[in-house]
Amino acid sequence: MSNSSEFRTCPDTGLHIDRPAEKLMKANAVAAVVFLLVGGVMGLGVGLTRWPEVHLLGAQNFYTTLTGHGINVLIFWIIFFEIAVLYFCSSTVLRCRLAMPKVAWGGFALMIVGALMNNFAVWKLNSAVMMTSYAPMPAHWSFYLGLILFAVGALVGCFIFLGTLVIAQKEKTYEGSIPLVAFGALTACIIAVFTIVSGALVLLPTFLWQLGLISTIDPGVYRLIWWAFGHSSQQINVCAHVSIWYLVGTIMFGARPLSEKVSRFAFLLYIAVLQVASAHHLLVDPGVSAEWKMFNTSYAMYLAVMASMVHGLTVPGAMEAAQRARGYNNGLFEWLRKAPWGNPTFSSTMISLFGFGFLGGITGVMMGTEQLNLIIHNTIYVPGHFHATVVLGTTMAFMGITYWLVPILFRRELILMPLCKLQPYIFGLGMTGVSLFMMGAGTMGIPRRHWDATFADTSMPYEFAASAMSLMSLNGLSVVLAGLGGAMFCLLIVGSLLFGKKLGENEKCSYPLIVDAVTDEQYDALHKTTKNTIPGTMVLYTVFLLAFALYYFINWKYLAETWGLS
Amino acid sequence: MTSITPTGKRIWWNEPIEKGELIWIGIIVIWGIVLTVMMPAWHLYGEQNLSTETYRTTPAMYQEKTQKMVDQYTIRTEGTRQFPVVAPPVGSDVYLIARLWDWWPILELKEGQTYRLHLNSMDWNHGFSLQPVNLNIQVLPGYEHVINVTPNKTGEYSIICNEYCGIGHHNMVGKIHVIK
Repeated sequence: MSNSSEFRTCPDTGLHIDRPAEKLMKANAVAAVVFLLVGGVMGLGVGLTRWPEVHLLGAQNFYTTLTGHGINVLIFWIIFFEIAVLYFCSSTVLRCRLAMPKVAWGGFALMIVGALMNNFAVWKLNSAVMMTSYAPMPAHWSFYLGLILFAVGALVGCFIFLGTLVIAQKEKTYEGSIPLVAFGALTACIIAVFTIVSGALVLLPTFLWQLGLISTIDPGVYRLIWWAFGHSSQQINVCAHVSIWYLVGTIMFGARPLSEKVSRFAFLLYIAVLQVASAHHLLVDPGVSAEWKMFNTSYAMYLAVMASMVHGLTVPGAMEAAQRARGYNNGLFEWLRKAPWGNPTFSSTMISLFGFGFLGGITGVMMGTEQLNLIIHNTIYVPGHFHATVVLGTTMAFMGITYWLVPILFRRELILMPLCKLQPYIFGLGMTGVSLFMMGAGTMGIPRRHWDATFADTSMPYEFAASAMSLMSLNGLSVVLAGLGGAMFCLLIVGSLLFGKKLGENEKCSYPLIVDAVTDEQYDALHKTTKNTIPGTMVLYTVFLLAFALYYFINWKYLAETWGLS
Repeated sequence: MTSITPTGKRIWWNEPIEKGELIWIGIIVIWGIVLTVMMPAWHLYGEQNLSTETYRTTPAMYQEKTQKMVDQYTIRTEGTRQFPVVAPPVGSDVYLIARLWDWWPILELKEGQTYRLHLNSMDWNHGFSLQPVNLNIQVLPGYEHVINVTPNKTGEYSIICNEYCGIGHHNMVGKIHVIK
């Protein structure tokens, strides 16, 4: 049975926080931010090298830095943070003690050791093989072992989460179904288990191959299984950051989901189809049939894309309905204008929502279309796309919720509030530029993971259009802006942990952390005045769909202009 | 009930969905169908569909076939490194080697004619990226990929590598000439 002395009640939010879980959340979140800082600095090095006029690093350093950048931010920062999210969504949201905290610490230790070992291999053992480490290009065995240890640690975190759900159900800490946010986290966890198993299937043989125990690794099969791991891990991110979007709707507006049924079904679609749709990474690979590619990217109907599109409608829709029920009911957009744009949690979330939808989502469908992939594959369009999904989408959602969690978990107020307000806009603007300019340059053919697209040392140089190179320069400028925003985030958070005004256990924060839930009466009153509670969201959504359709057919036109293939 | 409170005794799955939301979900589903149908439709009506013809091969076998073509159809050499320029007959099998860090040999093709272009890597993954038309295909060792290409315009095209392949990756540039 739960020991009540293990819990404290948050004076600001009323959340019931299990102390062992709290310590683990803090440790994972701090580790996450440290890896964000490390990986972010490397990202700055990458961006400054790909800025043609600056060309900061030498070739070897560039490839090493790029490898480190990818792994530290895409894997370590995000997964450490996700473990914290999983513990929050089980223990805190369900008011339940965390299952086996000591084992959870063991998992955390494994993740730290794995992350350090992998970084050491990249920097000191000649393993600049990029995050994807496509066999037969070899890395040092410790490169793979580091990732395996990290993955095992993350798997432990997943089972702690599942164990906590079981305890919560047995000890009846809640009634009815688990809350939507916990449900979203559960889908993230299920996909994470699939992901990590795929990772084991591909990294264990590769590790044994580097120890000399396996003679060859098939390069095609490696890519197939690696992407079951590599792409699925992005689906964990989507589930996690969509859960955070719903959470922010509740803490900022007291919103309830428009329809539990719709939102939960959309989450379920992710489990059903998304993580296996990683076949879209192999659309121009040899050895796979056209039918296989079409079926596996679309599952007959782009179900995963549809799931994200549903969340993209219901998250702002729920916010709008709540705001209207609170009285911000004038015109189409009063609900949005009167939203707390000065609150970094809210502004980060909105940038995450729009960046993920408009930039990341639309472009993801382009790349995931069998034939359109021919004019995109491995160009710098690809990192342009995933900086919109993973950085604007996931990282910004995580940053936003971190601003909210600092006073709750660490009992410290944020320092330098005006800078905290500014930070999401600087980072968001910079990263939007990074994403757009890379995609623009990619459309013109600029390759990804490439030290010198001017081909200065080549015997048969190719000269890209001057406009493509200008886009790379604009990308460089955007990287600097995003780097500034990222550095601000790390310094503001670490600064708040060290120097923020201390809050006593029962002392309230000087600013509100959660608003009261909108009541049934308020919703009923709104429904009496109007049949449509989300007209503003529908207008935004129409713009989104038109942009999507227009851009989609423009790409088919581009494709039609290239060489004939049959 | 918000997104962080349990559902309690509510039977949430029986609650009606607002009509507006349902209409939009309908639109989303229709768009999903459009996205899906475009791919098979392009196979029927479009002219850019990547062949999936693939064979297992080894570096030695592939080198031999390529060398044979080079010996037979070389018309001149080009560049500081004297790469052979090969002009194979229209419709024939054309072999291109991807290796650390070359595309070998240089090809000379005719506008509007179709060739069976073979792609294979002798070592690691490479990325066939034809510029400026921006046509991109993954090249793997051990997999001989045969694609039917029809150049649509005369000119000098470059093949750059866009799959990272080690320290010389950025210098891996090849060439295809397309003539009348």
